[in-house]
Amino acid sequence: MSEQHPAAGGEPEMRPVSVSGNGRGPVLEAKGLTKHFPVHRARLGAKVPVVHAVEDVTLALPAAGIIAIVGESGSGKSTLARLLARLIKPTAGTVLLDGKPAVAGRRYARAVQLVLQDPFASLNPVHSVRYHLARPLQVHGLADGADQKGLDGLVTGLLERVALTPADQFITKYPHELSGGQRQRVAIARALAVQPRVLLADEPVSMLDVSIRLGVLNLLADLRARDGLAILYVTHDIASARYLADVITVMYAGQVVESGPAAVLTDEPAHPYTQLLLSAAPDPDRAAPPSLAGRGAPPNLIRPPAGCRFHPRCPHAMAVCEQAAPPTFALSAAHSSACWLHALDLTADQSRPLQGRDRTSGHEPPQGPGEEKQPSTPNAST
Amino acid sequence: MSMEEVIPPVRVATAEQHGSDTLIEVTGLHADYGFGEGSVHAVVDVDLTLHRGEVLGLAGESGSGKSTLAYAITRLLRPPGIITAGRVRFRESVDLMSATEHELRGLRWNEIAVVLQSSMNALNPVLRIGTQFADVLRAHQPGIRQTAMRQRSEELLEMVGIPADRLHSYPHELSGGMRQRVMIATALALDPAVVIMDEPTTALDVVTQREILQELTALRDRLGFAVLFISHDLSLLVEIADSIAVMYAGRLVERGPANAVYRAPRHPYSLGLLNSFPPLHGPRRTMEGIPGSPPDLRTPPSGCAFHPRCRYTFDKCQAGPHPPLLAVDAGSRAAACWLQDGTRTVPDELALEVFS
Repeated sequence: MSEQHPAAGGEPEMRPVSVSGNGRGPVLEAKGLTKHFPVHRARLGAKVPVVHAVEDVTLALPAAGIIAIVGESGSGKSTLARLLARLIKPTAGTVLLDGKPAVAGRRYARAVQLVLQDPFASLNPVHSVRYHLARPLQVHGLADGADQKGLDGLVTGLLERVALTPADQFITKYPHELSGGQRQRVAIARALAVQPRVLLADEPVSMLDVSIRLGVLNLLADLRARDGLAILYVTHDIASARYLADVITVMYAGQVVESGPAAVLTDEPAHPYTQLLLSAAPDPDRAAPPSLAGRGAPPNLIRPPAGCRFHPRCPHAMAVCEQAAPPTFALSAAHSSACWLHALDLTADQSRPLQGRDRTSGHEPPQGPGEEKQPSTPNAST
Repeated sequence: MSMEEVIPPVRVATAEQHGSDTLIEVTGLHADYGFGEGSVHAVVDVDLTLHRGEVLGLAGESGSGKSTLAYAITRLLRPPGIITAGRVRFRESVDLMSATEHELRGLRWNEIAVVLQSSMNALNPVLRIGTQFADVLRAHQPGIRQTAMRQRSEELLEMVGIPADRLHSYPHELSGGMRQRVMIATALALDPAVVIMDEPTTALDVVTQREILQELTALRDRLGFAVLFISHDLSLLVEIADSIAVMYAGRLVERGPANAVYRAPRHPYSLGLLNSFPPLHGPRRTMEGIPGSPPDLRTPPSGCAFHPRCRYTFDKCQAGPHPPLLAVDAGSRAAACWLQDGTRTVPDELALEVFS
């Protein structure tokens, strides 16, 4: 591996990272989650074309675990977060909370909270910070019997948890008086008000200035370490996913293509799309300009490509990739990739490279530990 | 909007005739928003030089003044923005600050082209791409023949990796990446010497961004134009720029070769900014970023604008005047920090050797 950042001023300290799978079952699970959005309203008897936004996604978020969902725009990552928040109904599949099918409603909202990307839009400009934080407490009956002073105490506690101190200064402020980073902290505090066990954070830092992003990411890491909060971190920035998450799950065109421990997945990406994503990401340590394997753009999700959805762009595409969607192959206990390159029992006809693809990079798996490679059920977290 | 009006190219002595390769030289530039007491100093005392064929990366957060600087250099700054002081010279002969509107119109696009972040939305939605190319070419090259225009348009599109038959497309038929490529192609239509790009790829996905950057680098190598590349993403600038200037609260705080700024930053803000980008390799460790938030330019801090967030701050930073850009490393680079005035012990992390 390459060296540490040369400008980093020493004292490399490891953030305590609990490995997921701590004996207890996952808090939040998705099983075969699928969402198709109709393109327009159905007319009688007509078949409505649908956008295949999320297709058969299975993942499990352990208690006090952080999973990052990484993908480009249109990959379905935000739709997945909304499905898990039960803001929209899945076309198929189930969401399990503590192993039991989840029912949308107040009880679910208390356990699973969503933080949105844009703190400039997610706070109400006519309400103070106090109102934003007191409201969920009142709605969920968490401040019953508390007088104004008691309520203020709870709000102050929330502000302190997100490091907005001195809290009595922030409590009376309005959103326009806060910077972007402070607003996002208020939005996180509002989510924390109901004492959730899961935080779904949809691009929580991408609207923030570079120098304050880390502060918010570190806050999320603290909340996990201190309070055992489980976090689903949705992002397009694979470097920040590597920084924060235990497990990275990469989505492409509505499907999970690869999932594995953050450092393993970024150091040894197994799926050609993950490799493409990493080669395109900014990296000052790169010696030579990267060569992009797989130009072009994600497919139309109304009529997604047959077989593997990445095959029209994939430099390694084989005949089988056009014909059948790849199953998920387990590369190790925690690392899985949905790519035919990991299959060992393809016929010569199936592994024939598609026209115009590079034979030299042919059937070799792009990399990967040489462990047994057998199809398995999708296995996102343990 | 049609551009039937013909803009004559201004004759400018070329660099060869001058024996120098300085394209744009900015000295002591100040730009404000608003007049008098309530005015905000968005750009303060900026010195900057862009050489022929160079990619100069201008890094800064939102509100640091980097876009204002680009607008000021090209005299595109609109009220309430005003240039209050300074000089900008093009090719050591044309003073852009005293140039008439007529002269400026001759220089813009012919010599200095601009690509903006949202410029993919600047295409006219009701005109085909070909028509919009033709507008540019006709306005700046009066008397150009229909066939020549057509040929040039096709060549331009193919140059940025778009099939020539897309000339018949309307903007909504192209993806965001393609629209941004079209804008880059239009900027290059008249073979400018300088292209100013303000966050040209920020709105795009990372793979598309990389494709466009690679095309841009290849075109720069082939055509030899210089680029002022403005971005908040310092880690990206390190990869693509030859030299980097870092802005904070309206001022340049560090300037130097890209590799040197990355390997061995001399200003605490550059160091903090570099430590705000988690790396893609190596052991995972906790990073701190920079505490606090960028200052409100309506009420800037006293002394050095960065001192409230700086961990090395001492009394002079707060009480003294704002540090000027001080030459460091034998003048090969500069940093606006009192730590670098030669009388103090510089902390190790701000005194690293560039080549280690």
